[in-house]
Amino acid sequence: MKKFINNNDDFLKESLTGFGKAHSDIININLDPSFVSRKNKTKDGKVSLISGGGSGHEPMHGGFVGHGMLDAACPGFVFSAPTPDQMQAAAEHVDSGAGVLFIVKNYSGDIMNFEMGAEMYSGKNDSIITNDDVAVEDSTFTTGRRGVAATVLVEKIVGSLAEHSGSLEECKKLGEKVNKNAGTMGVAFTSCTVPAAGKPTFDIGDDEMEFGVGIHGEPGRKREKIQPSKTIVGNILEAILDNLKPEKNEKNLLFVNGMGGTPLTELYLVYEDACQILQSKGIEVTKSLVGNYCTSLEMQGASITLLKCDDEILKHWDAPVHTAAMRWGM
Amino acid sequence: MIKKEIEFMSVSFLISQAKSVQKVIDENSAEIEILDQKIGDGDHIFNIQRGLKLVVELEDAIKDLPLAKALNMIAMKVLSGIGGSSGALFGTFFMTMAKSSDLDKDVDFNKACEMIISGIKAMKERGKADVGEKTMMDVLLPVSEKLNELKNESEFKTGLNEVIKIAEERMLSTKDMLATKGRASFLGERAKGHIDPGARSSQLIIDTICKSVINN
Repeated sequence: MKKFINNNDDFLKESLTGFGKAHSDIININLDPSFVSRKNKTKDGKVSLISGGGSGHEPMHGGFVGHGMLDAACPGFVFSAPTPDQMQAAAEHVDSGAGVLFIVKNYSGDIMNFEMGAEMYSGKNDSIITNDDVAVEDSTFTTGRRGVAATVLVEKIVGSLAEHSGSLEECKKLGEKVNKNAGTMGVAFTSCTVPAAGKPTFDIGDDEMEFGVGIHGEPGRKREKIQPSKTIVGNILEAILDNLKPEKNEKNLLFVNGMGGTPLTELYLVYEDACQILQSKGIEVTKSLVGNYCTSLEMQGASITLLKCDDEILKHWDAPVHTAAMRWGM
Repeated sequence: MIKKEIEFMSVSFLISQAKSVQKVIDENSAEIEILDQKIGDGDHIFNIQRGLKLVVELEDAIKDLPLAKALNMIAMKVLSGIGGSSGALFGTFFMTMAKSSDLDKDVDFNKACEMIISGIKAMKERGKADVGEKTMMDVLLPVSEKLNELKNESEFKTGLNEVIKIAEERMLSTKDMLATKGRASFLGERAKGHIDPGARSSQLIIDTICKSVINN
């Protein structure tokens, strides 16, 4: 394992402390229990948005704390859900009286810990669960689909509504709409290495890719020989379009997300391939996002998310945002 | 009759069991890690090891406390120090045990069984998982049922030997299951052929504690 690391026990604390110093104009870091919160107190009457999850997906979620997005984020250990006391402390710290909306990715550990945190928090609160990964089947017999990159879009869009005086109920409703309108699928070329493990999470050949990989290096649909980008992108989009079934005149946001180890050069190439394929199918791409937003440590690979946008979603996507990882309009 | 000198659920019993379990889990850590990497994301063993370390380190803080308080401290430590599904589930287990009535009196074998049964019931409610879904509940729920039968028997050693056997059988039975809960559920058919890591760690914990009570 080659990583910038001093010792494993301090890995997260040191990284989080550095994150706090680097972005001290936007956020504060609280340790024990650890959470990231806005430097400026949430204004009275604004619904507070809190997300969180295992670390290793940076900049998600701490990088999305700030004006127009989250009020707080609770980082767990690498790839492990955060603990209820973190959510409780974060909620107590940021709630300005309008209630707290927890944004939770659909994994058993995250759901259980957020549920317990919500039970321990005495103020008004509600939750939305993201599950945009079309790689795994959704049936009544499973935990359901995984929550992955579209969580970033949910946080941005609902964050804007909360900033524009949306109520807790309205924020939840919009979040659920964005989640339902989004589909994601990812591909990995290499594994990631959890620092505590010290070795790669899975073995993969030099000429192989994991199609439909999860953001923790979980297996996806199948292991295949690597193919030209256009073929890979075409197969990903086919799975997403099968699921989302966008109308021809509908507007869409195309989000190409890096898993951490793939350079932007390649991500933009993926974006170009995706644009061409969508165009050939008569699907309109109106908005774009390209970069490393929902990562899996140093994994090489990318995911593609398509979000069907109505006017409400477009308006809140364009609204100003100022966080460590996403900034426009201010 | 059950001999009085055997401690079934005292603070010192909890501490010594945590130490024995820690040793056994450490010895089997590579196996559990590999199982989790096959069908999960590899964090289970680190969470269990971190939790055990935190509980063992609580020794000085809890050794002179009443049982209910000690269980509560263990619960909060597990809940806030582990994370993931394991932290929520085992935290719920200890928190529920801490809420048992009459903990200020001596805890006999029947009472200890009752506490464990109520703890496992709360874990089932928290995780919303039942038998047959390829999780730790595949081991814990049948064990809880067996304890429920046992608690009225005076010959607990035979009973605990059966518990050990049931835990092992049920752990092995997860190998051919499709997962419908937890991280492995996303895999569909690909999860088949691998023992669930949570079922394995739970079985090791049960095995260690039962053997230590039997041999005491």
